[in-house]
Amino acid sequence: MKGFRKGGIHPPEYKISKKEAIQDMPLPESVVLPLGQHIGAPATPCVQKGDRVLVGQIIGTPNGFVSSYIHSSVSGTVTAIDNQPDVRGLRSPSITIKVEGDQWLETIDRSDALIKNCTLPREAILKKITEAGIVGLGGATFPAHVKLTIPQGKHADVLIINGVECEPFLTADHRLMLEKSEEILIGVDLLCKVLGVDEACIGIENNKPDAIERLSQLSLNYPRIKVVPLRVRYPQGSEKQLIEAISGREVPSGKLPLDVGVVVQNVGTAFAVYEAVQKNKPLFERIVTVTGRSLAHTSNLRVRLGTPISSLIDYCGGLPEDVGKVICGGPMMGRAIANINAPVTKGTSGIVTIREKGAVRKQPQNCIKCAKCVSVCCMGLEPYLISKLARLERFDELEALHVTDCLECGSCSYTCPANLPLLDYIRVGKAEVLRRIRINKTQQNK
Amino acid sequence: MIAVLILCAIGAVAAVLLYVIAQKFRVEEDPRIDDVEKMLPGANCGGCGFPGCRGLADQLVKSEDISSLYCSVGGGDTMKRIAEYLGKTAAEKEPMIAVVRCNGSCDKRPHTNVYNGAPSCKVEAALYGGETGCSYGCLGNGDCVVACKFGAITINPETRLPEVDEEKCTACGSCVTACPKGIIELRKKGIKGRRIYVGCMNQDKGAIARKACLAACIGCGKCAKTCPFEAITLQNNLAYIDAEKCRLCRKCVVECPTGGIREVNFPPRKPAETTSSTGA
Amino acid sequence: MKNGKLIVSPSPHIHGPLSTKRLMSDVLIALIPAFIVSVIVYGVNALIVTAVSVAGCVLFEYLIQKYLLKGEPTIGNLSAIVTGVLLGFNLPSTLPIWMILLGALVAIGVGKMSFGGLGCNPFNPALVGRVFLLISFPVQMTGFVTPPKVDSLSGASMPTEINADAVTDAVSGPTLLGYVKESLANGLTTEDIANRLSYNDMLLGFKSGSLGEIAAMALLLGFLYMLCRKVITWHIPVAVLGSMFIFSGITWLIDPMHYMNPAFHLLTGGAILGAVFMATDYVTSPMSHKGMLVYGVGIGVITMLIRLWGSYPEGMSFAILIMNAIVPLINKYMKPKRFGVCPAKIR
Repeated sequence: MKGFRKGGIHPPEYKISKKEAIQDMPLPESVVLPLGQHIGAPATPCVQKGDRVLVGQIIGTPNGFVSSYIHSSVSGTVTAIDNQPDVRGLRSPSITIKVEGDQWLETIDRSDALIKNCTLPREAILKKITEAGIVGLGGATFPAHVKLTIPQGKHADVLIINGVECEPFLTADHRLMLEKSEEILIGVDLLCKVLGVDEACIGIENNKPDAIERLSQLSLNYPRIKVVPLRVRYPQGSEKQLIEAISGREVPSGKLPLDVGVVVQNVGTAFAVYEAVQKNKPLFERIVTVTGRSLAHTSNLRVRLGTPISSLIDYCGGLPEDVGKVICGGPMMGRAIANINAPVTKGTSGIVTIREKGAVRKQPQNCIKCAKCVSVCCMGLEPYLISKLARLERFDELEALHVTDCLECGSCSYTCPANLPLLDYIRVGKAEVLRRIRINKTQQNK
Repeated sequence: MIAVLILCAIGAVAAVLLYVIAQKFRVEEDPRIDDVEKMLPGANCGGCGFPGCRGLADQLVKSEDISSLYCSVGGGDTMKRIAEYLGKTAAEKEPMIAVVRCNGSCDKRPHTNVYNGAPSCKVEAALYGGETGCSYGCLGNGDCVVACKFGAITINPETRLPEVDEEKCTACGSCVTACPKGIIELRKKGIKGRRIYVGCMNQDKGAIARKACLAACIGCGKCAKTCPFEAITLQNNLAYIDAEKCRLCRKCVVECPTGGIREVNFPPRKPAETTSSTGA
Repeated sequence: MKNGKLIVSPSPHIHGPLSTKRLMSDVLIALIPAFIVSVIVYGVNALIVTAVSVAGCVLFEYLIQKYLLKGEPTIGNLSAIVTGVLLGFNLPSTLPIWMILLGALVAIGVGKMSFGGLGCNPFNPALVGRVFLLISFPVQMTGFVTPPKVDSLSGASMPTEINADAVTDAVSGPTLLGYVKESLANGLTTEDIANRLSYNDMLLGFKSGSLGEIAAMALLLGFLYMLCRKVITWHIPVAVLGSMFIFSGITWLIDPMHYMNPAFHLLTGGAILGAVFMATDYVTSPMSHKGMLVYGVGIGVITMLIRLWGSYPEGMSFAILIMNAIVPLINKYMKPKRFGVCPAKIR
């Protein structure tokens, strides 16, 4: 069984909702669509207050290459274009639309029919992907068309599709792989065509044997695609770890996957590509796992973007009495929600409720130098030392210790027997070091 | 006997060696640097922009024009004495003090969630806006308290806001850089320590700011209209009082509907006027 | 919900099952087999020495933390108990109680709390206590009682003339290491000694020595337990014992008449106790696997140097303390291998 070699942990899986088929979440009364749902510059609104919009209509245009289109997820009237609070409680420019009926753009093919053939040239496919506003749906929300545009002098020979879903609790990708297997494979094939690669590997952890079996069987019809079962280990869903697990190639420190000839996309993204290219359907809804150990009805919901998170939770039985924390994303790398009325965005892969007992952190004690953090660090760093230096703001030493390699997977904090908030400080130190490197670069350019 | 002689010989050789090496590698340094360093407070706070007092002393002695160098800890007197000693003219600066521009005490700014991460403002600020609806105000984890080398800042347990001890604050600026929200400002200490400033950084629109905090600046602009000296400007829904122009007339303080403007060290007003005073 | 408000913190939002307390209790469990053997061999004395040592360590840590450092009590993390048991295991069964308490005071007070408590000490506290006692009271610390059951169980496991030659009284004698060292110095060859040794007894613990070091099998059982529970990794114990084995193997091959064989060196003295329980102390051992190997080899080599050519018959404690001092240096230069450096397959 393949798997990445260095470090990693195996947290309890709690895939409670893995048997729940994907359901459609009812339309909300109004949606809030932030203009910055992706990494890069926020989109520019191209509708006015009072405009009537249809489902799938473009309401925000990209602001530069690393940016993305925003589409209306409902039909109705634009009631406001202003700053709305996100899950963190910070306000960012957003478009609010009041829902009136459910009228889709004529061009969108709403039938369930599977369309296998695609005769479009690769430029046209890429254009469709760009205009559908597709971003990395695993949670990173990096615009897909940027990754699919290979710069001069670079070359890709393998496409790796991330179906790992190594975060505990989340099952959205798992359900998608089971229910939309054929669509995903067509999407992967389309991605291969865009990239001009002859090999695509779908990496799936072997805690999802049904998905592995189904996709392996179907992939026999797709000579380019092969399914690779992986040993269960967190953080296998991280790009660099997944590439190493599947192809054995290590992405050098500070480089991109493309430097070793690999492009990684999520299974959710592959499905979105299928819908965009074959069905003309832009990205305005996604699968969200709503789960938690004390939640009444854990579900996998197909949700229109912009739907308030609170309505998802209400749909699944409401916030349990003993809830302490609600997380947007998985419990290892997701964000704790400060504002429960914030909207679902392109990067919302799951909503997880954590009971208060597990939500309150334990009192930190002295570091006993047990070296557990060193051995679980999948990047081969020394979290205990980096965390301490970050707290003391010794940024030069942090840079020398390669804090910038840290992928913030949280394995160190998870495993620390002294309950030290190692990653809290590392993250701040990393951000500061990156800022300093950027400043230095711009100064050198001048 | 021989042992004693050998020991003496070794001693003598070592002494000569030490002397020669010491002479050879001696670093010529202006003796005045030592003197100036002694005149400086020796807090090594870094408020002057140099790594420590010696760094500043070195620059003071070496540069022709020292008007850009200033030790806020020692203040004007120290600088004058050093300038006299060096035969240069010192910069004259009015004494400054750190002020905390946030009024969001617990009773005025209701908490909407509870922060449970590492006890550091920097960590919290990197994560989200804070425990209240106001994402501009004080987070209350005390990064400024840790940064202050003079013990001049403490967090008031009741309001959970930092308070600056006027006696101890040297205006070195450590807290200003430590605060991720940038709510601490160095302002003129003022005559008899009297000063007026807007105790708020919230740039949200009035209704949103008001909902998050009862003492927020709602950007209504009443103070700017009232001010006879045009010292108050309004930008991004937030008023700012220019300490250079302010003549401490206190008219704005009465005018502010939320009590967001703070007056410090003023004698109490006549009873009729005190209604909206929030003086510290 | 805290008063109806959601809790917010940076990720990760879940924490693993590990805690300092759990790690320490696992170490204590791993020490149980060796403790049982020492009670079988030395009787109630072993119980008393260990109990006094543990009680002393816990008491001193509590008092120092409360009245000198004025901090939250730290005895709850069980580390003081581990130190106490390990100190007890390093003492002879006949040591007077006041000496044990003094050792506990030095171990906890000087070895641990003076540096700021758990996690801050550069040296293994139990060894600091033991070495302090060894240097201060050499006679009492090396006056081991020959296990009373030795003769009844296996006949002539300990050479009878040791008792006759013994300086102090009829039942106390040196450890095997001390005996061998003295014998070799007096012109005996290994052959003369060999037929008086029983390796079975060495494995099972019927030999004289300090409480915890005698039972090789029991200690290895503890080692296996700690490996299974992932309390420690294999690196340090294997490096220590492996380097001792190789070092003594070389000398033995060169001159088998005057150097004991590797098996003897591994089974006697504090080799296994030191390698498994003392050298692997988290706080005072290196952080990277590479560093652990260097550290382990250093301990093994220094131990053998002292055993073969030093003035003490046993050198494990000194070797560990010396290597403890070098750990910061090892941590500085022995970094873990980073991901993405010299990749194996890059095109």
